[in-house]
Amino acid sequence: MVESSTGGYPIPITVEFTGGLELLFGNERKHKVVLPAQLEDGSPPNISYLLGYLVDNLMQDQRKDMFIMEDSVRPGVLVLINDADWELEGEDAYELQAGDTIVFVSTLHGG
Amino acid sequence: MAPTLCFNCKEARAVIIRPKNRHKLCRACFIEVFETEVHETIIGTNLFFRGERIAIGASGGKDSTVLAAVMKTLNERYDYGLELCLLSIDEGIRGYRDDSLETVKRNAKQYDMPLVIVGYGELYGWTMDQVVEQVGKKGNCTYCGVFRRQALDRGATRLKINHVVTGHNADDVAETVMMNLLRGDLPRLSRGTSIVTDSGASDVKRSKPLKYAYEKEIVLYAHHRQLDYFSTECIYSPEAFRGSARTLIKDLEKIRPSSILDIVKSGEDMAALVPAEVRGTTKSKKSGAAEDEPSGGCGSQNGRTSVGEMAAMEQQLSANEVAESNETEIKLPAAQPKAKSQPTKVLKAQTIKHCERCNYISSQRICKACLLLDGLNRNRPKTAIEVGIEDEEGSSTLMRQMERAHLSAT
Repeated sequence: MVESSTGGYPIPITVEFTGGLELLFGNERKHKVVLPAQLEDGSPPNISYLLGYLVDNLMQDQRKDMFIMEDSVRPGVLVLINDADWELEGEDAYELQAGDTIVFVSTLHGG
Repeated sequence: MAPTLCFNCKEARAVIIRPKNRHKLCRACFIEVFETEVHETIIGTNLFFRGERIAIGASGGKDSTVLAAVMKTLNERYDYGLELCLLSIDEGIRGYRDDSLETVKRNAKQYDMPLVIVGYGELYGWTMDQVVEQVGKKGNCTYCGVFRRQALDRGATRLKINHVVTGHNADDVAETVMMNLLRGDLPRLSRGTSIVTDSGASDVKRSKPLKYAYEKEIVLYAHHRQLDYFSTECIYSPEAFRGSARTLIKDLEKIRPSSILDIVKSGEDMAALVPAEVRGTTKSKKSGAAEDEPSGGCGSQNGRTSVGEMAAMEQQLSANEVAESNETEIKLPAAQPKAKSQPTKVLKAQTIKHCERCNYISSQRICKACLLLDGLNRNRPKTAIEVGIEDEEGSSTLMRQMERAHLSAT
């Protein structure tokens, strides 16, 4: 149908919350999420979009600032893109690929 | 985009960027480097001696789980000859502690270490659930923190072990440095940065082998080794981890990741400059450090620095201000005797004494835990008394009279 790999097909990914963050998401660690292939402005979905998507669609707790601050993850929350630190992958500009696993780990909860 | 290769082996895909030096490492190299650095800390500070029995303060949380895993690995790899065991404190918080204690029990099996659990109930006669029932949710962290500090020592003494290691990490130490700086507490600043703190009360010494390890790396180490740890918020202080000092540290880390270790190093350097007479006792290292351990309640089970302390400090500072302007002394609930010992203005050598009741180290005649217990016991509600008394039921009025009589007799 479409040539580009990010073309018309929806993008299924796995999102995981650990280190206490799962408490904000119905106490479920693993979530299957399907993202649209293209956003309204025609761009492919990236991490930045995913963050908003998660807050709007998956988060069950009111306390958004435990996860998001100033449009990015709260300092102290680690993001792993396919097990690698998101800084290695372009942080919130990383464009999601089908089959990706994105892990959010809080370092802020009790040790 | 081609994957970034590991700075170390130059073969595998890099998965982490080290906060301290921005090195990009693969999973295997990261795990090895992390362990090696802890080993170097241990060797560089002569932390242990061969044959020493060590209790690992274990909460089931990330820091202590990583500590236990690393201690076991290093003890075997470098043949330290240590006898390791896990020591857990049960604060008595149903629905919170139960789960994390299950984690510790699994850890004990996974790491093949004996586990001992000591409870606030048996140590103090009060579980945290009972404390909260009495004092409410506000301020209960103070109790938890003060009790926990002693609990590890008492537990270790019971095991006849003289050395307890805790999972305090670089972020915790940086936080403590910042707090002591903010309140101008030079004695604590000088003591808080050292890797070993002797309790003085007993022969139990405390140390923090992960003192130079970033919290971020601890979490990633646990993740990449798939360690079994438990994380939750304490049900009594769901907001506690938003502590200002912690937030400040995390914000700084985001801007400049090396900040955390820089603060730790600055703290150590400043500590070295603190005059001996301010530092407290000098020749022995028994500087009452057990008392200086941060009284971390608040979801930080192994006595980590906390937010509760920060809040308490803020409360104290603002109270001091009010007191100054009114020229009155403000008595804080649950901490009346504290005002006197706060060296905010005058820097005096703190004399370290022993509590007359329990013999635990204390800068006061009676230690904080005993004072808090006094308050609790004085106001013990009659329902709790009824539960405590094993006789057949008497009228509660009678019991109250008995309680009163008992109190006036003391």
